[in-house]
Amino acid sequence: MAKWIVEKGKGLYFLLFCVLMLVLPLILRMSEAGDYYLSLMVFAGINSMVVIGLNLLMGYAGQISLGHAAFFGLGAYSSGIVTTRFGLSPLWGFTLSIILNFLIAYLLAKPILKLKGHYLAMATLGLGMIFFVLFNELPITGASEGISVGKLYIFGYNMNSRYLKDINYYYLTWIFTLLLTYFALNIVNSRVGRALRAIHSKELAAHSIGVDISRFKTKVFILSTIYAGLAGSIFAHYSTFLCPVDFGLNYSIRVVTMGVVGGMSSIWGGLLGASVLSILPQFLDIFAEYDILIYGLVLILSVIFMPEGISQKISLCWEKCQKKWFHEV
Amino acid sequence: MKDWKGIVTAVSAVLVSICFLTVNSALAKSKPYKIGAIFDISGPASALGIPEKRTVEMVVEKVNKAGGINGRLLELVFYDTALDVQKTINSVNKLIKKDNVLAIIGPTTSGVSMALIETMQNNEMPNISCAARIDIIDPPKKWVFKTPQTDKQAVEKILTHAKKHGIKKVSLMIAEGGFGAGGLKQLNNLAPKYGIKIVAREKFSEKDPDVSTQLTKIRGTDAQAMVVWDTDKGSAKVARNMRQLGMKMPVYMSHGIANMKFIDQAKEAAEGVIFPAGRLVVWESLPETDPQKKVLAKYAFDFKAKYNTAPNTFGGHAWDAVQLIIRAIEKAGDDIGRIRDEIENIRNFVGIGGVFNYSKRDHNGLGPESLIMVKIVNGKWTCIE
Repeated sequence: MAKWIVEKGKGLYFLLFCVLMLVLPLILRMSEAGDYYLSLMVFAGINSMVVIGLNLLMGYAGQISLGHAAFFGLGAYSSGIVTTRFGLSPLWGFTLSIILNFLIAYLLAKPILKLKGHYLAMATLGLGMIFFVLFNELPITGASEGISVGKLYIFGYNMNSRYLKDINYYYLTWIFTLLLTYFALNIVNSRVGRALRAIHSKELAAHSIGVDISRFKTKVFILSTIYAGLAGSIFAHYSTFLCPVDFGLNYSIRVVTMGVVGGMSSIWGGLLGASVLSILPQFLDIFAEYDILIYGLVLILSVIFMPEGISQKISLCWEKCQKKWFHEV
Repeated sequence: MKDWKGIVTAVSAVLVSICFLTVNSALAKSKPYKIGAIFDISGPASALGIPEKRTVEMVVEKVNKAGGINGRLLELVFYDTALDVQKTINSVNKLIKKDNVLAIIGPTTSGVSMALIETMQNNEMPNISCAARIDIIDPPKKWVFKTPQTDKQAVEKILTHAKKHGIKKVSLMIAEGGFGAGGLKQLNNLAPKYGIKIVAREKFSEKDPDVSTQLTKIRGTDAQAMVVWDTDKGSAKVARNMRQLGMKMPVYMSHGIANMKFIDQAKEAAEGVIFPAGRLVVWESLPETDPQKKVLAKYAFDFKAKYNTAPNTFGGHAWDAVQLIIRAIEKAGDDIGRIRDEIENIRNFVGIGGVFNYSKRDHNGLGPESLIMVKIVNGKWTCIE
């Protein structure tokens, strides 16, 4: 039995996780404050998408990005502009978000990903700043005044309806998140994933065994921006109003932190880090003014005791358990 | 390895005991009326948010000392917005669905307030915002009210004063952000109506250490006066830089500087600055016949007695909001729908910001007479009307 679990391992875990996430709202809605927990989970899902994309780029390919808020914002503003300025269907917003992120990432990838280490960090930081200024200045984004976002209709069904908004968005966000997770898991367990890891550990060596470095880097960069853009579009429709502060350096740093806490070189780590850091601050409210201190403390402790992230710690424990079982079997 | 287990156990023990403490203190009161408040006390607008929070806490304490409302205590649930939309939406959901509050006061700033409208409307939660921008209540939203004077009223006040003093050309220094954007929009719309031409529009950011570049540009134009639109910190920076550059043109600023912090930061550069403000800043020099004088004096005394600093306009906005809600609860009790109706029905309520007259179409309730023009003379606010 134990052996079977280990062999089927990854696929089975994913399936179990999907079932858990689909059933979770039914459990949460039993409590009186169910909708509140659902709204927390919506943000956990949105941030998860961004962090999973970021983990592909940073954890697997080893290319740092401190400007992901830009792509998140690009997605959000695509949705805002398409629905408010042009009155088109929100689905066009999602499409535009993907196309824009694809084009911009494609154009930027070549020059930016030539840089390494600190220089790449600086360049992506600058990229984030440039987009922040654009969100702040362009009349079409509503500049610093902000822009409201139309309601999200999917095949005529109003997602922002009065009583079901939170549960609607829960399913929308998590279906997206699960699909993107599945996709990311498949990528990292394939030839592409191995190529990315090869680039991460030693570019020169990867090059010498025939990995087309710049092509892989470009692809993974584009992919991670599309992840962020989709998350941005959902965020736009959920919050219904966008102002540039949400897409500044703060957010870029926050998603990187989520990745680090969860575990950079693991897709599950991204999911875990994003969920924990999205939900945790709300439960620190009991400390009133000291919540920020405690939050900082949690971050410091987690980095000291789990430098490889929560996911690494969990999988180590899991391996230990398995060894024990095998002994007994 | 063993050490950190000890640490974790200790930390979790502390956490659990704190949880128990909060639960116990909540149980001690028997079914109070719960109201929620959200202000920015750790973000860039904390100079506004902290007096707002203090004011609400003070009022709630006073009400409870006097026996509560209808014999029941009033309980305040407060969350920090930290100017973070994600966090704030979560906090509001928590107030509505977990804490089960009857109404929500705040937030401090316009952008966040706009982002909360759908949540308030969807959940049918009465909300009295303490943010400035007019689009929060225009077009009117059923569940959203606000207490501060709108930027439109403030701009009208400034332009009237400028026109009276023969100013035909003005230059603008506008802060980035929701507050600045709101002011700019109104200035652009209204200036032509007063026959005033805008000859320069410069932007600056909260983070700029220095704004001399923008000011030098303005000095090169034929502007007769300057309008600066920001809250205390940024406005003080502009005033200091103007002084360093030796610029002497008259300066109008927004109602966002009605805070002693502005004078503290700008020091002598604050001299001569003219701005529209609620009556609170000059309550001492108001005539006895002014209907607001008594209310203003009491608030100023109480606040000073409790916190040992003078109150400011923003605290006043929160005072108005919490008093309006208390008034509504007195009549409507636990019924959230009726609380909203009672707020909308409030007429002739004498508050800190002015005399409030809400109606179905006006969820701000204040007229332009709620603002007066104030000039800073010898480090003090002086009424010039």
